[in-house]
Amino acid sequence: LLRSSQPLTGPNRRRCREDEKLLGSILDEGERGFIIDTRSAQAAKQARMGGGGTEPKSSYPQWRRLHRALDRGRQLQESFVRLVEVCAEPTLSMDRWLSRLDGSRWLSHVKAALSTACLAAQCLDREDSNVLVHGAEGTDTTLLVTALAQLILDPSCRTLEGFQGLLEREWIQAGHPFQLRCARSASSHARGKQEAPLFLLFLDCVWQLSRQFPLSLEFGERLLLTLFDNAYASSYGTFLCNNEKERSLCKVKESTHSLWAWLNQPQEKPKFLNPLYSHNPLVIWPSVEPQSIQLWQGLFLRWIRPSQHLDEAWVEIQRLVEG
Amino acid sequence: MEHIRMPKVENVRLLDRLSSRRAVVGTLYLTATHVIFVENGSETRKETWVLHSQISSIEKQATTATGCPLLIRCKNFQVIQLVIPQERDCHDVYISLIRLARPVKYEELYCFSFNPKLDKEEREQGWKLVDLNEEYNRMGVPNNYWQISDVNRDYGVCDSYPTEVYVPKSATAHIIVGSSKFRSRRRFPALSYYCKGNNASICRSSQPLSGFSARCLEDEQMLQAIRKANPGSDFIYVVDTRPKLNAMANRAAGKGYENEDNYSNIKFQFIGIENIHVMRNSLQKMLEVCELKSPSMSDFLWGLENSGWLKHIKAIMDAGIFIAKAVAEEGVSVLVHCSDGWDRTAQVCSVASLLLDPYYRTMKGFMVLIEKDWISFGHKFNHRYGNLDGDPKEISPVIDQFIECVWQLMEQFPCAFEFNERFLIHIQHHIYSCQFGNFLCNSQKERRELKIKERTYSLWAHLWKNRADYLNPLYRSDHSQTQGTLHPQITPCNFLYKFWSGMYNRFEKGLHPRQSVTDYLMAVKEETQQLEEELEVLQERLANLQKSQSGDNKVKSKQQDRSKQTGLYTSNNSLANTPQEYSNDLKSFPSRSPSQGDEEDSALILTQDNLKSSDPDLSANSDQESGVEDLSCRSPSGGGCLPSEDSGKDSDEAVFLAG
Repeated sequence: LLRSSQPLTGPNRRRCREDEKLLGSILDEGERGFIIDTRSAQAAKQARMGGGGTEPKSSYPQWRRLHRALDRGRQLQESFVRLVEVCAEPTLSMDRWLSRLDGSRWLSHVKAALSTACLAAQCLDREDSNVLVHGAEGTDTTLLVTALAQLILDPSCRTLEGFQGLLEREWIQAGHPFQLRCARSASSHARGKQEAPLFLLFLDCVWQLSRQFPLSLEFGERLLLTLFDNAYASSYGTFLCNNEKERSLCKVKESTHSLWAWLNQPQEKPKFLNPLYSHNPLVIWPSVEPQSIQLWQGLFLRWIRPSQHLDEAWVEIQRLVEG
Repeated sequence: MEHIRMPKVENVRLLDRLSSRRAVVGTLYLTATHVIFVENGSETRKETWVLHSQISSIEKQATTATGCPLLIRCKNFQVIQLVIPQERDCHDVYISLIRLARPVKYEELYCFSFNPKLDKEEREQGWKLVDLNEEYNRMGVPNNYWQISDVNRDYGVCDSYPTEVYVPKSATAHIIVGSSKFRSRRRFPALSYYCKGNNASICRSSQPLSGFSARCLEDEQMLQAIRKANPGSDFIYVVDTRPKLNAMANRAAGKGYENEDNYSNIKFQFIGIENIHVMRNSLQKMLEVCELKSPSMSDFLWGLENSGWLKHIKAIMDAGIFIAKAVAEEGVSVLVHCSDGWDRTAQVCSVASLLLDPYYRTMKGFMVLIEKDWISFGHKFNHRYGNLDGDPKEISPVIDQFIECVWQLMEQFPCAFEFNERFLIHIQHHIYSCQFGNFLCNSQKERRELKIKERTYSLWAHLWKNRADYLNPLYRSDHSQTQGTLHPQITPCNFLYKFWSGMYNRFEKGLHPRQSVTDYLMAVKEETQQLEEELEVLQERLANLQKSQSGDNKVKSKQQDRSKQTGLYTSNNSLANTPQEYSNDLKSFPSRSPSQGDEEDSALILTQDNLKSSDPDLSANSDQESGVEDLSCRSPSGGGCLPSEDSGKDSDEAVFLAG
């Protein structure tokens, strides 16, 4: 599984021998690979006008391109905001709840993200093919897809430790611009141009996986909520800045504490574990049918829904498992 | 058997409803009680059995090159798509099924031929498992305020009521009879639930025949008697579960509702639950959404909202909550009715009882609740669920809605119920299956006339025997959630009502969480128990050895590997680890795993020895990208079935279809 940003083909259909060689070297003779472009075919084409573009078939003959349009940026942020608004509306009647929920389009984004990640996973696992994922910048939907695909495919990513490693690799070091994306969240009137809840979308997808495979993730909802909180506002330096370069310049490692260090302390760690976890060596393939994708109430209705009885249930589960 | 034109058809294809490319070929059999499809193939001769009683509709579709399609929709939401090679065979099967699915005599129903190999004594014991007299005694009646009345002993007063009803002490036979003449279908006010903590009660009846101005002294006295039976309150609520407009319209037909001016000390309340026709249509619309091929999120959410189904569920729940509150918090008695007092009234009374009394949240208590408020009080099972061929306008998912209310509550209060989702699903299944005699006919009177108890078996006994499968591992009788009244959040609460895919997409295993927390925890519980028992044995042994102080040290210590049920869960894992079809939204491409009969359900529901339980046959399919690239998966052996490294030793396969 590889990731990158878009090739700078431009309107004149530039070529780059080194890039072609690089991609060529990944595949054996006669092998084929897949490029999953997280933009629609049209958007990818239009990107050429701005200097970007796609890999032309003629220059990358062994690679087949698949387009899966995933929303990002402004659209995704608006979706997030609308969802939060719907959830907060006290007088909304049952007559209108579902259509308003749909109107936010958030669940459609979850469905699309999971589907694309599953596609990537399928190419790797069922087709035994190499897969290259990119969108435009390679910092948003790209990471969403690669991180989710690894969760689906690799049981070691589903352990608490493995998951932290996944986040570190595929989000933090890969350069997802947390500072720009997670500046203000949904309720602020100020709408940053670069603000977009990609990381939240990722966490939502992870939650969907945990709901469909309740025994297969070593961590629970509490970890996901903690990550959401810390991405936006944190006592730790883990999610600061936009990339490794900035973190180095700001001397983040020298001046702040690591979230992972805190999480892994023996008195904290148990709170984040899933008592139902049981190592599952196989690939987990989620269903992306609408019935299977649910609103993540633990996050979006966190302060609204009555959680007492659900909490009691978890205490009971813990008690049973500890025997 | 005379209705079966074609008892056997070969080379029939059973399509996977969701993936048109996956089909299995087999033989179709028609028997007097079932339709059976048996897959060809040496290893797994998987069988799909469908009871005729379950068949809701049969659709013969236009013949194509591959054959003549036949779509069977079942009342338990199973949908079976067959393709029969010859059109005339298909037609014969169609005609036969039409007749078989619409019995005209009770004797045609499966319960009269079903034989679980129990003797007469066991059959009788089975019917005695649920005893309503015991139940009323448990509630605390008869007592100073309530008495049992046999005024209806020959069904002379009301033929849809039971022979024994509980009425207020001050309600004489004269009052009861008088009141019954003023109530639709003679269904006079009678006790449904008595709260011994504060003497408040829930009574039920049908609408009064008040028209615009009619009065009846005895009926007014009846309500007075109910009020007097609760010294803690000086008024009662009268709850009409219909929308106000409908109730008012009934007045023109000489029926209607209680006028607060005429009935002293009542507070009248409309709750507004729609009628059986609206509910029938609502379910229909929701099932259409379920049948959409690869719907988008919008298709699904809009479709679900337009059906109005969850809104209706919430309305029933709200009514139950209102009544439970009146009884538990205000200590006020409630009289509930709708039009005829056998649909919405039953729903609302049983929901309220469930909220009020933790006994009804136990397995036994739940069976008792259904026996009381649905079976004994004359809910028209035959008309509503089509035991026999009848008026399609009488069909309505009334008890289905109640069962769903229970599920919604189970989701909100995971520790509060002794039973699990499977219990509810199996009960629903059997309401339609007519495999047992509990849910036949329209009234106790009809059931006695048919001698149901002597000629059929009780579902309750069957479920009770298998109760280990129906337990909720999170239930503890001494837990805060299991004590006292349940208080669902009233507002905001829209999000609390979820789509029950476990019921309405029951046979599409791929849609549900692929690992069962319930099963896992039950296994953990069992193992813990086993270990504890073993520990006891070993401790005893140790104590004995220490006592005897002999040098005999042959203590066998069993090595228990506490590595959690890996043996048990490889099968679950392989079920979980089968890919769906992940497709482009542009193309209408099913992205679900194949629907198959529910293996564990088959084993429990059909106690046939020859029924083969089988593993759901889930497989991966190639993805397809329209417009840009055709992603065809080719298998090395050209289209055969290959076990993937994902599948456990169970038979999950990756099917690679040549482009």
